[in-house]
Amino acid sequence: MPRFELNDPDLVVIVGSGAGGGTMANELTRRGLKVVLFEAGKRQSLATFSQNPGEAFGQLTWLEPRTQSGTWDPVKTSPTLPAWHCRTVGGTTVHWTAATPRLQPYEVRARSVYGDIPGASLADWPIDYAELKRWYQAAEMRLGVTRRNGNPGMPASNNFKVMYAGARRLGYKRVHTNYLAINSRARDGRGLCIQQGFCAQGCKTGAKWSTLYTEIPRAEASGKLDLRSECFVTRIEHDDAGRATGVVYRDSAGVEQRQRARIVCVAGNAIETARLLLLSESGRFKGGLANGSDQVGRNYCHHVLSFVFGIFDQPVSFWRGAVLAGVVEDENIHDPRRGFAGGYHLELAMLDLPTLPLIGLPYGWGRDFSSVIDNYRNMAGMLMNGEDMPRPDNRITLSASRKDAYGLPVAHIHCDPHANDVAMRAHAIGQGRKIYEAVGAKRTVVSPMTPATHQMGTARMSHDPGQGVTNAYGRAHEVPNLFISDGSVQTTAGAANPTLTIVALVLRQAEHIGREVAVGRL
Amino acid sequence: MNTRATHSDSPQNADRRTFVRGVGVLSGVIALGHPLAALLPSRAWAVELRVLSSVDAAALLAMIRTVAPHDTLDDAAYALVVNAIDADAAGSTAARADLAAGIASLGAGFARMPEAARVVHLKAIESGAFFQAVRVKTLMVLYSNPIAWAHFGYEGEAFSKGGYLVRGFNDLKWLPDVPPADSGPMPFG
Repeated sequence: MPRFELNDPDLVVIVGSGAGGGTMANELTRRGLKVVLFEAGKRQSLATFSQNPGEAFGQLTWLEPRTQSGTWDPVKTSPTLPAWHCRTVGGTTVHWTAATPRLQPYEVRARSVYGDIPGASLADWPIDYAELKRWYQAAEMRLGVTRRNGNPGMPASNNFKVMYAGARRLGYKRVHTNYLAINSRARDGRGLCIQQGFCAQGCKTGAKWSTLYTEIPRAEASGKLDLRSECFVTRIEHDDAGRATGVVYRDSAGVEQRQRARIVCVAGNAIETARLLLLSESGRFKGGLANGSDQVGRNYCHHVLSFVFGIFDQPVSFWRGAVLAGVVEDENIHDPRRGFAGGYHLELAMLDLPTLPLIGLPYGWGRDFSSVIDNYRNMAGMLMNGEDMPRPDNRITLSASRKDAYGLPVAHIHCDPHANDVAMRAHAIGQGRKIYEAVGAKRTVVSPMTPATHQMGTARMSHDPGQGVTNAYGRAHEVPNLFISDGSVQTTAGAANPTLTIVALVLRQAEHIGREVAVGRL
Repeated sequence: MNTRATHSDSPQNADRRTFVRGVGVLSGVIALGHPLAALLPSRAWAVELRVLSSVDAAALLAMIRTVAPHDTLDDAAYALVVNAIDADAAGSTAARADLAAGIASLGAGFARMPEAARVVHLKAIESGAFFQAVRVKTLMVLYSNPIAWAHFGYEGEAFSKGGYLVRGFNDLKWLPDVPPADSGPMPFG
């Protein structure tokens, strides 16, 4: 692997190696560009993934402190971990559960379709759905999504049999083993899913798509990638004309370095991307780089997430099998008669025993709590994943009280759920309970809002430089060679797990960058 | 339950508020019918404590059993939580003092109270830092060890055994199978 010079004038710097950054590295090196890819975490491999859930959590998770406020559940139930994502080469694609639904046409026109919802900062996406769909198809080819392009669906697990029988009894029609970026057959040089149930600990067969063992090695093979893991970017610098000139970072020894760049792509996820832009404020960019709109960090979306568990008289053994291999799609519609705008998925889900009490039941104690765990063998599980309303004050700011190891303020997360989120959650939980009760559940249990696993919206796309941070290509309105290459650019959240959308937008953005470079505009 | 709290210091002279290195031991014997009993070299177990006295360790164990009561889960699993809390407290003087004050707040005789009385006691302090610290540590440690896994049926690491593809990921028989159009074929045959 090459090591490019710190003052090389011809490099693209990418910050973050997950779905956005890792894919971008492959796309740009494939087009002949030289790339330095920064990743704060360490590099693991199929061989080093721990299969002890607690150890794996420590190995992969972003554990640097964060502060939080607001009325959302994690303030109480997960005070030290408001968001659960990764800090490792491959980013959150190492622990994701690989559900890859598309956003629906109504969801990218949320403001027009839902109307003016008080307290929500809804907007329409600046991209036509037909255009987005073309890139979804490209992303689905890349990721090998099941039930698309001739890839077989995943076989039904015990947990899905329960969901399926209950959902069909309720009259739901679109119920299947989900669209998954997991090989149901060996393909693309990777093995098939052997139904371990360890998606979130790092997939040891590599059946699950992760940039760690797909996009990044391909970029390395091009001879044009300089991957710098355990290097943490602390600032993006610019020149007098307002163009990004490079990044300041701490290398793996903690020493401050300065990497020159021709183009900078930020893909640190919507929390750290916003933090980096805010940390990069300057005399010219007061209040944060590319933040003349004051939209950096605002409109933070994380999806409405709650587990529903059913307890039965007979065993389910729900820890066996691909974690999210099931979905009810029928509620992914806009139907205000339900009492809220937007929609949700009910996705199959389970939690391993060590994680269940921490994420699924983080509130209780005593007999009521322990009697749930006593029934671990007989539990079925699902996770609702719904569109949350963007709100200007649900935002990422720089913490006033906590600093990281380098003395920089950590990210502060403020979230107050919108009344629409609350109504949607109540509806989804009710439907989830009914699904299990329809097949004889003796008890149903729900979790609070889990730590956020989907980060979106903090550098949203808009045609209007006053309303958004980037244009429709994720290019900063105010800094022409700065791109946002992760879920931060989502104008609204929709109900789709964000990775497929991130990859689709990055494939599109990479083509845009390639074109602009070719004609000499970048 | 078959747990003894052993005093390595003289009970008459011991000041329970004074924490001396290595003062306490929790020990027990894993029940004969336990799934692990056949696997372990010995059914006897002992946890040597760095901070807690045996009396305090017994009180803490009773508290943890009240927070997460699983009647047939062996004390050996609960002792791991005591051990983890003890190890954390060994790290700083402030942590030792907090733990000492917390256990003192349980009152003498807590470990011998009936469960209903212990619950009343803990309800009164459940919003406090001590209770929450013990509760969170319990959630983190109690369900993360092979004793608990065997007890609750969780099978743990599966890669070395070939996953569950041919070991029961779809062996549920009390509901109908899912039609092929809504699922997918097994990847062989």
